[in-house]
Amino acid sequence: MSILVFAEHDNSTLKAETLKTVAAAQAIGGDITILVAGHNCQNVAEAAAKVNGVSKVLVADNAAYEHQLAENISLLVTELAGDFEHIVATALSTGKNFMPRVAALLDVTQISDIIGVESSDTFVRPIYAGNAIATVQSLDSKKVITVRATGFDAVATDGNADVIALDISTDAGTSSHVSDELTVSERPDLGAAGVVISGGRGMQNGDNFKLLEGIADKLGAAIGASRAAVDAGFVPNDMQVGQTGKIVAPDLYIAVGISGAIQHLAGMKDSKIIVAINKDPEAPIFQVADYGIVADLFDALPELEAKL
Amino acid sequence: MKVLVPIKRVIDYNVKARVKPDNSNVDLANVKMAINPFCEIAVEEAVRLKEAGTATEVVAVSIGDKSCQEQLRTALALGADRAIQIEADTNLDSLNIAKLLHKVVEEETPQLVILGKQAIDSDNNQTGQMLAALTGMAQGTFASEIKVEGDKVNVTREVDAGLQTVALNLPAIVTTDLRLNEPRYASLPNIMKAKRKPLAVKAAADFGIDLTARTKLLKVTPPAERQAGIVVESVDELVEKLKNEAKVIS
Repeated sequence: MSILVFAEHDNSTLKAETLKTVAAAQAIGGDITILVAGHNCQNVAEAAAKVNGVSKVLVADNAAYEHQLAENISLLVTELAGDFEHIVATALSTGKNFMPRVAALLDVTQISDIIGVESSDTFVRPIYAGNAIATVQSLDSKKVITVRATGFDAVATDGNADVIALDISTDAGTSSHVSDELTVSERPDLGAAGVVISGGRGMQNGDNFKLLEGIADKLGAAIGASRAAVDAGFVPNDMQVGQTGKIVAPDLYIAVGISGAIQHLAGMKDSKIIVAINKDPEAPIFQVADYGIVADLFDALPELEAKL
Repeated sequence: MKVLVPIKRVIDYNVKARVKPDNSNVDLANVKMAINPFCEIAVEEAVRLKEAGTATEVVAVSIGDKSCQEQLRTALALGADRAIQIEADTNLDSLNIAKLLHKVVEEETPQLVILGKQAIDSDNNQTGQMLAALTGMAQGTFASEIKVEGDKVNVTREVDAGLQTVALNLPAIVTTDLRLNEPRYASLPNIMKAKRKPLAVKAAADFGIDLTARTKLLKVTPPAERQAGIVVESVDELVEKLKNEAKVIS
């Protein structure tokens, strides 16, 4: 069997989650090829070649793929699909965007967001915000799969795969890129950080998120937020942790002023250790926290920063 | 222009799903059901486009048994002009849903189809993209802003790194994210008025599509439960526990 893994990247860096998606591909079992589709993405191709367990890296370097437009990427992947039984991508914003389009073009359904592999056609995935875990068998001849990275351990990067440049351009001509408004941060990616500290509605405003920054600096943590904090405009959307935002599973997750709605828990309850700081002792977050502290966050955060 | 809004009946977002004792599926007997929250945002956006004079007609469609008429009435109460129920099994795979919607798009020829980005039951996040593939239309998924300008629609999308704006040729497919709008509450007069708006019922079998299942649900189990831990009395104690007991900081 052969498996195509789509590399998630920003044309300069291969996302760490791709290493976990390759681990999922290894669990399926077969010869693994990585596809790097982008523009001026040579660094990504080189990084992909070092990923363990990969036999080849296909590189489609073309202006049509610079912004990962789903219309163009899906045509590319569909064109390559003939050689593969499994087509696998990470369930991040690019993969979630174009993969169902690939599935429909191939006339197969997609198995989304898998966290486990039972066999080459049977997969485990959370449903109902993680309140149920489904085991699903695909009856299609080709399997189109997105992987929830937190379900798998990253493979190492001391491999040496062949890099093959593709001479393909697939431009659907129906969409174009207008602009990006990207959040620039020196901190680790939410999906890759070992420690995450998140603020909720209890933070009261965006300025107060500065109280989390000192702690994040000391712990090398990423900063996240609940939906309530994003909806209220305290922080941008890319910080949202939850069922439909980012899914994280760090070694340490600190929830500050977050009540713990089902939808938020769905995005973080696989963290190894959960700490909750909340002044309401009845907040549902305490039911999943390993360590809780019932306190006003405006007192507890400066003290925590000082004592770390 | 006409806007088509496919919607789904799902478990109410405040209800925690419970697995059936025989592990065959989630137990939905006597559970409160509602319009999927992302679909509600889709209806709201379509109605706002109509109120702004951009859209001329808003058509809601749902695929399922008769009970989904309740959610179609909700959409009508929020401001949709008419509704279509496609009578079908409630557990169709996303691809089969997309194929039925493709037929509806061919019949209705909307300029814009707005869907929720995902349903909070299956959490698949597939149908909009699949419909875009089948119709050959461009797609703007996870939208936080929609601007129709001439023969194009500009869609600002919530992506992992922030926001991305794309321009799509019309007709196009848009899927909604949380920040697109805050849906209104249906007023009592509008709920009453919705009862008299047209709701057509069609049978999925009449569309001539092979709706054979593409997946088999083998089992559904509850997730591993986290045990509640301890409440510490002070920040000092918290730091001590994290260092010496959990060993997650040094």
